[in-house]
Amino acid sequence: MTVSLKKILTLSAIGLSLSAFAQAKTELTMYYPVSVGGALTKVVDSMVADFEKQNPDVDVNAIYAGNYNDARVKALAALNSGKPAQLSVMFSIDVHELMDLDAIVPFDEVVSTEADRTWLKSFYPALMENGVVKGKTYGIPFQRSTIVMYYNKDLFRAAGLDPQKAPSSWDELVNMGKKLTKTDSNGHTNQWGVMIPSTGYPYWMFGAMTKQKGMKLMNQEGNKTYFDDQNAIAALNFWKDLGQTHQIMPKGMIEWGTLRQNFLEQKTAMMWHSTGNLTAVKNNAKFDFGVAMLPAEKEFGSPTGGGNFYLFKNSTAEEKQAALKLVKFMTSPKQAAKWSIETGYMGVSQASYKTPELADYVQTFPPAAVARDQLKFATAELSTHQSGRVRKLLDDAIQAVLNDQETAEGALTKAQKQADRILSRYR
Amino acid sequence: MIKSHKTQAWLLLTPALILLFTFTYLPIATTFVRSLFGYGVQMGSQASSENYVRLIEDEVFWQVLKNSLWYALVTVPVSIVLALSMAMWVNSKLAGKSVLRLSFFTPTILPMISVANIWLLFYSPEIGLFNNVLEQFGLSGINWLGNPDTALPSLMAMTIWKEAGFFMIFYLAALQTLSPDLYNAAKTENASPLYMFRRITFPLLMPTTLFVFVNALLNSFKLVDHLFILTKGGPNNATNLLLYYIYENAFSFFDTAYASSLTVILLGLLILMALIQFGIIERRVHYH
Repeated sequence: MTVSLKKILTLSAIGLSLSAFAQAKTELTMYYPVSVGGALTKVVDSMVADFEKQNPDVDVNAIYAGNYNDARVKALAALNSGKPAQLSVMFSIDVHELMDLDAIVPFDEVVSTEADRTWLKSFYPALMENGVVKGKTYGIPFQRSTIVMYYNKDLFRAAGLDPQKAPSSWDELVNMGKKLTKTDSNGHTNQWGVMIPSTGYPYWMFGAMTKQKGMKLMNQEGNKTYFDDQNAIAALNFWKDLGQTHQIMPKGMIEWGTLRQNFLEQKTAMMWHSTGNLTAVKNNAKFDFGVAMLPAEKEFGSPTGGGNFYLFKNSTAEEKQAALKLVKFMTSPKQAAKWSIETGYMGVSQASYKTPELADYVQTFPPAAVARDQLKFATAELSTHQSGRVRKLLDDAIQAVLNDQETAEGALTKAQKQADRILSRYR
Repeated sequence: MIKSHKTQAWLLLTPALILLFTFTYLPIATTFVRSLFGYGVQMGSQASSENYVRLIEDEVFWQVLKNSLWYALVTVPVSIVLALSMAMWVNSKLAGKSVLRLSFFTPTILPMISVANIWLLFYSPEIGLFNNVLEQFGLSGINWLGNPDTALPSLMAMTIWKEAGFFMIFYLAALQTLSPDLYNAAKTENASPLYMFRRITFPLLMPTTLFVFVNALLNSFKLVDHLFILTKGGPNNATNLLLYYIYENAFSFFDTAYASSLTVILLGLLILMALIQFGIIERRVHYH
């Protein structure tokens, strides 16, 4: 009798301590987007599983939430509903709006040790441009990219071009593009020189061309845009001319989502796309392909792109520390290297390219380093207050011009006027 | 005695009333209030017509409204006519009609998102099915979704394909309830098939037509899932529809106030259409 009583007591004691242990577990909810297709969710899941193995006291629900827009909608909806996420990967350019909504805290307020403060500075500076506002770090780079030029070496050879030499200037792009465009006797083009996507993220592609023209589309405070600058107008005319005048690119819209397939089916000899597509192209291309930096006009250039980690304000100090631990893990050199190899997104820090894994990979597969090398010439992605609306103004203007509904000057002047109206109250 | 009946009735109605109130009337009221008081995601203390003034000045809004009306004007009648013809066809005695019925119905079973993903590949200019077919005839391809002139009609075609099969089911069910006696009688009078359709089938199907019409019209305003996959409202708003524009404003631009005023407009449109449908058309419908 006494024995069994003792047993019961011991058992219940164990039970109590177990449940206490379970309660001590910090639960984190994190939303993240995927914008380029492929099995990226599996990669995130396995990284999160590794983190949980190392940190048994933290439980992470990583939820795939669609594209960048969807991820933001879901994270903010969760925030409003009282079952908030503690951190999320969201568009790097959402930073001004998330601050305006008072949804996020800077990492500077969460880090405590000197080591952590050094960690904040361990990333490529170009990747921090969209994450630092007024000296404080709100976004830590994770799935980051630049636009790169994929080109089909087999088609280059067939056209009598040097397969090791991708066009490095706008003029070369046009000249080579003409050689690479193949039209049959009916006047039907079955192979194009180049395709630049004009749906999905047209403002992003445009940001590359304006950078190549030596200008920026907005100021660092995100309250002024320069859409009607002469260089911007010239850049948009160049984009339009690729289709209308030079006829090395299809006229009208080129779909972001199906462009990779076009390239893989050799309908275009070159495409501009996110480096986040690299591993998918590598796995599926049945031809010899290369990756190059985007061609230069006045200078080389591409905007950075992609998603940053954000910490949400509405969480306990304990949760914030756990979230910080997760962000540090996910962006650590080793994990960043794994992420880069499996997706094509770039390693976010210099240290990640020094890991044996990524160093070897880059050695055997040089295209993996192009996005990184291009960082020297990179600029911030278009990011302002009321980003979504301002972005759409520019997107609509670009599409109107490419579809020959308006002139570049007219459309961009109108977009600038409307952007001014929206942004004037943030000055 | 009467009083207790009344109490009982109210008690029975309560759950439905609570649901209606919480999920329908209350949101409508808050939307209306927000459209007057709100700016951005915040609420002001003073009512103003600012959001509605903006709406009138907003070129995109007018384009979106025009798109939505065209979209309804084309997809609703075409899918109804198609549904009726398909139903009459698979209702007749012909071999393999169950296979045919199934194949007409298949688009309905598929979720809109998957349908859109399939059609995205059909429409794709270089690698898509439609342009490959055109090429076989020596025609040059069309940039279906990329050209502002063809983008909206392309969306309409897909919607009709998706919707017609669903409405066919209702017509088919209705056709099978029609008494063969009427047709036998008509036959003894040597009535032509067209005459039979005009004087027997069509009038007797009117209740179904009304039902289908109401649903088709509502769907044409409510269904925007495919926009997320196919065009995102582009190029240059050529395919932007009212509900999608509301979504964009509320969730991409964080402008719930403006989205609310757009919602009020959408609601007004739907109420107006409901009034027309039930007030005018229903008088011409004979139930039997």
